[in-house]
Amino acid sequence: MSAAKNINITLQIWRQKNSKEKGKMESYKLNNVSTASSFLEMLDQLNEQLVNERKEPIAFDHDCREGICGMCSLYINGRAHGPDTGITTCQLHMRMFNDGDTIVVEPWRSVAFPVIKDLVVDRTAFDRIQQAGGFVSVNTSGNTIDANTIPVPKDDADKAFEAAACIGCGACVATCKNGSAMLFVGAKVSQYALLPQGKVEATNRVLNMVRQMDEEGFGNCTNTGACEIECPKGISLENIARMNREYLSASLK
Amino acid sequence: MKLDSKIPEGHISQKWTDYKDHLKLVAPNNRPKIDIIVVGTGLAGASAAASFAEMGYNVKAFCYQDSPRRAHSIAAQGGINAAKNYQNDGDSTFRLFYDTIKGGDYRAREANVHRLAEVSGNIIDQCVAQGVPFARDYGGMLDNRSFGGTQVQRTFYAAGQTGQQLLLGAYSSLSRQIGLGKVEMYNRHEMLELVKVDGKARGIIARNLITGDLERHSAHAVIIATGGYGNVYFLSTNAMGSNVTAGWKIHKQGALFANPCYVQIHPTCIPVHGTNQSKLTLMSESLRNSGRIWVPKKKEDAEAIRAGKLKPVQIAEEDRDYYLERKYPAFGNLVPRDVASRAGKEVCDEGRGIEANDTNEGVYLDFATEIQSKGKQTAYAKGNHNPSQEEILTLGKKWLEEKYGNLFTMYQKITDENPYETPMKIYPAVHYTMGGVWVDYNLQSTIPGCFVAGEANFSDHGANRLGASALMQGLADGYFVLPYTVSNYLADDIRTGKISTDLPEFVAAENSVKEQINKFLSNNGTKTVDHFHKRLGLIMWNKVGMGRNEKGLTEAISEIAALKEEFFKDVYVPGSADELNPELEKALRVADFIELGQLMAMDALQRKESCGGHFREEYQDSEGETLRDDENFSFVGAWENKGYDVTKSELHKEELKYEFIKIAARNYK
Ligand SMILES: Cc1cc2nc3c(=O)[nH]c(=O)nc-3n(C[C@H](O)[C@H](O)[C@H](O)COP(=O)(O)OP(=O)(O)OC[C@H]3O[C@@H](n4cnc5c(N)ncnc54)[C@H](O)[C@@H]3O)c2cc1C
Ligand code: SF4
Ligand code: FES
Repeated sequence: MSAAKNINITLQIWRQKNSKEKGKMESYKLNNVSTASSFLEMLDQLNEQLVNERKEPIAFDHDCREGICGMCSLYINGRAHGPDTGITTCQLHMRMFNDGDTIVVEPWRSVAFPVIKDLVVDRTAFDRIQQAGGFVSVNTSGNTIDANTIPVPKDDADKAFEAAACIGCGACVATCKNGSAMLFVGAKVSQYALLPQGKVEATNRVLNMVRQMDEEGFGNCTNTGACEIECPKGISLENIARMNREYLSASLK
Repeated sequence: MKLDSKIPEGHISQKWTDYKDHLKLVAPNNRPKIDIIVVGTGLAGASAAASFAEMGYNVKAFCYQDSPRRAHSIAAQGGINAAKNYQNDGDSTFRLFYDTIKGGDYRAREANVHRLAEVSGNIIDQCVAQGVPFARDYGGMLDNRSFGGTQVQRTFYAAGQTGQQLLLGAYSSLSRQIGLGKVEMYNRHEMLELVKVDGKARGIIARNLITGDLERHSAHAVIIATGGYGNVYFLSTNAMGSNVTAGWKIHKQGALFANPCYVQIHPTCIPVHGTNQSKLTLMSESLRNSGRIWVPKKKEDAEAIRAGKLKPVQIAEEDRDYYLERKYPAFGNLVPRDVASRAGKEVCDEGRGIEANDTNEGVYLDFATEIQSKGKQTAYAKGNHNPSQEEILTLGKKWLEEKYGNLFTMYQKITDENPYETPMKIYPAVHYTMGGVWVDYNLQSTIPGCFVAGEANFSDHGANRLGASALMQGLADGYFVLPYTVSNYLADDIRTGKISTDLPEFVAAENSVKEQINKFLSNNGTKTVDHFHKRLGLIMWNKVGMGRNEKGLTEAISEIAALKEEFFKDVYVPGSADELNPELEKALRVADFIELGQLMAMDALQRKESCGGHFREEYQDSEGETLRDDENFSFVGAWENKGYDVTKSELHKEELKYEFIKIAARNYK
């Protein structure tokens, strides 16, 4: 274990007033950053400094700060969620950086994720894909059958769970040179494809979700695999393959 | 004001069924004539919004995040309770009811809790039907584990991500309704005021957080499902955006705020590392199934550990104090949260804390015993009856990884220590708020037409909440209670017609919000919002935290009053009103936290007893256990706001009657 120490850093951060105006990189110096701080705590510290200097703080998205809500984003030194694997930006810690480092911070960059302000982008395209079919059409009336009358083989349940672990952060899209959303959509389609509950609507689900994905302006998958590498939840490329199979068999029906 | 809890007559096991049978209905053809606003899309809000839409009402739902899938409920790790008795260990509706009442230290309403236990099984059925991937055993059946405060295995889970999976389930149902056009979803919108017309809740003022526009939205009923207020303490396990604004605004409009002093301090969080820390991270309580909690017996050992001269593994077995197992042999490491938290504070107060931070506060959660026993078990199961120590360790660690892998990784990322090799360090942190807006049996506040669900209301947990019961309550409220009780209320509204947002009440409400925003932006003070929030947090943690006493509480009340004056005079909020302005959002929230903080201290001061999360140091027995005073304090403390000066608030009491459970001292020994 490394004991915490304080470091001084320089930050290059993308500033953009709103979706209409052009943005540019700005440089900031920040001293006395504890290496035990998270990356977002470091940004808090910078914002505190900016507000005290009567400058406008940097807008960035975050909420849970435990790596689970998927709200935080950020492209850090050219990587989605920064220089560590299997984590979101809120779980990135300053001990990953050295005294004197310059750190470049940009918003997710993708046509389908327009910038709202500074580092905040609009990811509602994901919601619209979900609304197009990412569900089981069961009434919320409570008149369902006893849960254990739908047994699910443990392996299937585990695999469905792994797919369902996607937090919808968008790192896969941001990191993909084509801006493809296949990993996200593949994860959702897979979850239901693996469970008996989702079977009835499987055909419509995959067709509708893929159609919506294309309409939102996401690019195509060319099997580069960058998404899998940067995905904080380890969502596997298998899910894309499974979605493709589902799509193919749905198209043939 | 007379508080009417509207608890139905009859035997506890029949109350809800009989009551439901007699509630008024709205016929399907009339439902499209009725609008419902749901504020908050966590488990409670998303399930309610989806259910109302399914029934045919027009629903508008609001959340401040960019998507309902990100609501704070997503962070829940451990699990959700239900009385299914799948494990055949004697569980039943009554037992869940009993455990929850006892866990709540006899400060919850019997009728509400029984209803919760009754619908609990149905929640699991519903979620499974929606495709929530709960953990399963090899036979394909649902798996269960146990949680603090119970002796049965009734907790359903999805690895350490139960909240995420449940919320995604509710979100998918909500998404389906949005796709069908039955729910209008307003992301990145914050409710800043309630609009009352003729005394009834008829709409809200919301701020579009991207454009800054103030919007008027009308409806026949308003549901508040905005979560808890733990962030009053600045540091808590809550998501950073969690706030009390919606609840506080309706409180100021006449809804009573109940039991604000009941705050749950969770025993297993990662200790604070430094002054720049923005939040605390929970390590799921389910870890207590496998980990043993200890500190060194000797103070010198603790000091040596803090100084880095000793490692925990170097402390011999006989020099360790497994204090929970020692003090509470029946429940051991699985005592309820309040008990475990206080015991942890006690050993740290004695100077035996092991964390090298400002306060030396921290205890060990050790998995070594479990690694041994599970390692051996797995080896045997594989037919290897003579495993080497190394094989045992490998298999044991693998077992742990399967069960808690994501939590262990999370711990390692945050602390830079490997919990498979060295015990985790944990300490209590603010986690959940049992208090909230007062509601009757229908979940209606004292404002007609304004309902409150999930963590935002006060109703089901009493002075303490057992693990895995908040998720249960959120979904129970949203899927199975509100659809009935709100329909009953709306049955009188089928002829009302659309409510105009041009009414003078909407104009006035919008103007008051505008005025508050302008005041902040033109204040020209010198200190940041966080500066004040952190100061409030310190007062709250030190004086309205794990231990409270008359002197501290009295001081807190006046210190917060002074802080409030200073805040309004000296806060600096940059930027403008017509753009995305996170500092402005925070300022509006902190203003409400300050006032609530003061009310929490007042409530704690009047409650001259110890119960659950509320530990008044003056009221403890010779062994340091809580001393409840059932004779004088068996009531819900519900506060009525009387304007700017919170100390003028008036206390109303709802007597708690225990007809079906015999009140007893809470004993986990
Ligand atoms: C780390 C952690 C672990 C937990 N683990 C467990 C567990 O294992 N088991 C268990 O039972 N419970 C657990 N809990 C508790 C449980 O998660 C919460 O009590 C529960 O999810 C609250 O649900 P809710 O729907 O009431 O509120 P929330 O999920 O907090 O939702 C509130 C919603 O309101 C919105 N909102 C708030 N204010 C406004 C406003 N003014 N305008 C518009 N929208 C607003 C938010 O955007 C959000 O959508 C845990 C909690 C934490 C923090
Ligand atoms: S697939 Fe991974 S990277 Fe993509 S949205 Fe889901 S969690 Fe994020
Ligand atoms: S803030 Fe929630 S995942 Fe990072």
